[in-house]
Amino acid sequence: MRRFAQLFHELDATTRTAEKVQSLVAYFRETPAEDAAAALAVLSGQRQRRGVTTTLLREWAAEAAGIPLWLLEESYAAVGDLAETLALILPDGREDAASAGLAETIASTIKPLAAASVEEKRRIVHDAWQRLRKDERVVWHKLITGGFRVGVARTLVARALAEIAEVDAATMAHRLMGLSAITPEAYRALLDTDAQVHDPTRPYPFFLASPLDDTVARLGDVAGWLAEWKWDGMRAQLIRRGDVRAIWTRGEELASEAFPELIAAAERLPDGHVLDGEVLAYADGELLGFQALSRRAGRRRVPAKQLQEIPCVFVAYDLLEADGVDLREQPLAFRRERIAALGLPVFGGEGRGPASACGHADQEDRPHLFCSPQVVATSWEDLARARETSRQRGVEGLMLKRLDSPYRVGRPRGDWWKWKVDPLEIDAVLLYGQAGHGRRASLHTDYTLGVWDGDTLVPVAKAYSGLTDAEIAEVDRIIRQTTRERHGPVRVVEPTLVFQIAFDAIAVSSRHKSGVAMRFPRIARWRRDKRPEEAGRLDELRALLPPLPPSRAL
Amino acid sequence: MSIALPPPHAGSSSRLEMPGTLEMSSAGLYCPAGGFHIDPWRAVPKAVITHAHADHARSGCGHYLCLSSGKRVLRERVGASATIDTLRRRETMRVGEVDLSLVPAGHILGSAQVCITHRGVRWVVTGDYKLEADPTCEPFEPVETDVLVTESTFGLPIYRWGDPQETADAINAWWRASRDAGRTCVLFAYALGKAQRLAAMLDPSIGPIYAHGAVMKMVRAYRDSGVRLPAIDQLAAATRRAGGGRAMVIAPPSAAGSRWLRTFGDTSIAMASGWMTIRGVRRRRGFDRGFVLSDHADFPGLVQAVEASRARRVFVTHGSAASFARFLCEQGVEASVLATRFRGEDGSDEPASDEPSGQQDEARDPQQGEAS
Repeated sequence: MRRFAQLFHELDATTRTAEKVQSLVAYFRETPAEDAAAALAVLSGQRQRRGVTTTLLREWAAEAAGIPLWLLEESYAAVGDLAETLALILPDGREDAASAGLAETIASTIKPLAAASVEEKRRIVHDAWQRLRKDERVVWHKLITGGFRVGVARTLVARALAEIAEVDAATMAHRLMGLSAITPEAYRALLDTDAQVHDPTRPYPFFLASPLDDTVARLGDVAGWLAEWKWDGMRAQLIRRGDVRAIWTRGEELASEAFPELIAAAERLPDGHVLDGEVLAYADGELLGFQALSRRAGRRRVPAKQLQEIPCVFVAYDLLEADGVDLREQPLAFRRERIAALGLPVFGGEGRGPASACGHADQEDRPHLFCSPQVVATSWEDLARARETSRQRGVEGLMLKRLDSPYRVGRPRGDWWKWKVDPLEIDAVLLYGQAGHGRRASLHTDYTLGVWDGDTLVPVAKAYSGLTDAEIAEVDRIIRQTTRERHGPVRVVEPTLVFQIAFDAIAVSSRHKSGVAMRFPRIARWRRDKRPEEAGRLDELRALLPPLPPSRAL
Repeated sequence: MSIALPPPHAGSSSRLEMPGTLEMSSAGLYCPAGGFHIDPWRAVPKAVITHAHADHARSGCGHYLCLSSGKRVLRERVGASATIDTLRRRETMRVGEVDLSLVPAGHILGSAQVCITHRGVRWVVTGDYKLEADPTCEPFEPVETDVLVTESTFGLPIYRWGDPQETADAINAWWRASRDAGRTCVLFAYALGKAQRLAAMLDPSIGPIYAHGAVMKMVRAYRDSGVRLPAIDQLAAATRRAGGGRAMVIAPPSAAGSRWLRTFGDTSIAMASGWMTIRGVRRRRGFDRGFVLSDHADFPGLVQAVEASRARRVFVTHGSAASFARFLCEQGVEASVLATRFRGEDGSDEPASDEPSGQQDEARDPQQGEAS
């Protein structure tokens, strides 16, 4: 546990990627397989069942520290991290306590919590506090509360293990993909230089596009590029290998149970095929939008009513494996030809519905697998014009992919770009400030902003600061000085500050007082030149709402 | 003689209503019966100074009074022409209708608590203080009093300082490891007080110690006052690389990100401050290392000081004042927040610095600081 805590703090202390990788390499080299496997599971985001509520932990910690609960809460507001707050207030443990390994710590102090009675839980927790040092307690608290997020990307873990196994990082990333049970044996197999991935349910590591930050003209000849709509759905891989059919999200979640219609549709794919694409909520020729899709995602069992109301489709834009052969090193143009050969209907769901799904096909025949259409253009100007139509189509913009690009791992720049439509904007007034977490602990960086509805300001967006550090510090100071009321960590301020906020889309929402919900609101800049009276109005936002598909107001 | 003290309202601001003894004026705490201000916010005729940090000691006052051990340092701050009178430790002086004495506060060299006795009632204004041992200044001395005005910069229970010797060992270990890797250590600390305390903690056998001009100025003032510090060289442009990756450089935090800093080549950067307790603050500031070391009292220290004072009325100021006052009330102490111009009623802490902003101003231009 001590060694793992040391790793955690080393990763936390540096922003340099190379140093993080070196810390990981050193850890995995020094650590026996049993603990290393446990560490890998934790670093891969696998969580233990939460065996004790944070309410109980707070009570016990306040009691042990001899402070009232409200003071613990105030401390939490300053620290911005509960695991750390508890570690900081608790009295020191026993000096002579020996440190158990990570695997043993999990087995003896975390796993038993779930089934224990409250009294037993209390004993286990107090016992662990006695035996752990301050730096270990932070990590232990994160493990038992399921809040373990260490600032290390999976690609870094893959790089470190690749270095130890002496394989390339992409190979290791693939071995790590969708690895369900990280046992000591599985860990040893990962490090076996000649091992191959055999598990037929396992996806490939995703290739992610970067936002285009330059002009398209610099990308060279338009003929060398494939342009597609950037669908506002959920990126996923659909797998059909023998009896196995699976759908994986970009976050490496197995989502087969959430999308039974797509799993059923995968049956029609030939054996040994893996598609990369987007899951979209789509019915009667209309895109239902991301909000609708998010109601389907993450479910274990989908109620029949939801299957009816929010049917989903899979729109493929890449083919990673065909007839059991890994195609990722082949150029995109070749992979797209292979998709065409599958005979999937071309998706045309930009508000009108795919040609092949028009009319009144009955439930059984309605296709669920589509191929993403190419946006055909002979010049960048054509594409720029097409991009301007994105909002009417319900898409986020264009994807630009080099036709000769392989399917890479992670987010390397150069071959795939997302060329999003310019955001919508409005000036809004700061209404509430809340202290941030982690790096932003005890700085007010979470802002609630409002616009005018008549002569009152209504909240319309919650945005995390997109300001510079100096501006954040200044806004923090103003928030403290202009606080009108405090509700726990939230401060209601005098309306004095105006920010221009950018957002990708706006939708009707019954859950928000304003009646509208923005997608990805963020602060574009601080309008120091504007007074609150000059901020935007709710009417202006309503005017930006897309026309509602008949009878589909969600 | 009775004094009308307001009823305590924990967590809320309360004005000092203590006819004739202390009041909050537009220039800060003022003692009408003695005709002097304590740590005034602007130039006034008579100023009693708790310590020489810039937000406590402003230049331009007609007359200064401080603890004798702090005179040389205060001189550095308020200028050669200022009139500075001193009191020895616990020496009492009659000023107007009050008896005034200064008692060491352990914050930095020459820091003092101001004790005022007026009509038989004693008032103590602590200024900033810490209870830990510090070889570069006189230790804090508890004083029994009727009314206590205490700081509460670190008035949350998350703030508990470790043994300063362990911090010293950790700093020296970091220096040794960096030296072995050929990296120059840069340690950020406030130019007055913390920098000298750190210098005294360093093991000079590891390598040469250099200081930024703003730090050096105060190192000289400490030495002139009789404090023993290891050999420290001011870092002139020509000698920047003289350490050859072996050196420890002590600089004010305002030098962070400066061109001056970039000339050192490969560096490992650390900050020593009480705020380094919080991981998020450490990460936000982007330092390689954060050492928890403060010249303020930690939470147990504040509680201990309040208890030792046996005060029947406590006013709390700075940092987590609202929380600390409420905590004291629940412990049966009549406590309330004393609003100051800087922090107002705001009970929250201010992790950007545990030092007055003015203190950093002096070091804002490292080039200039270096030349001085």
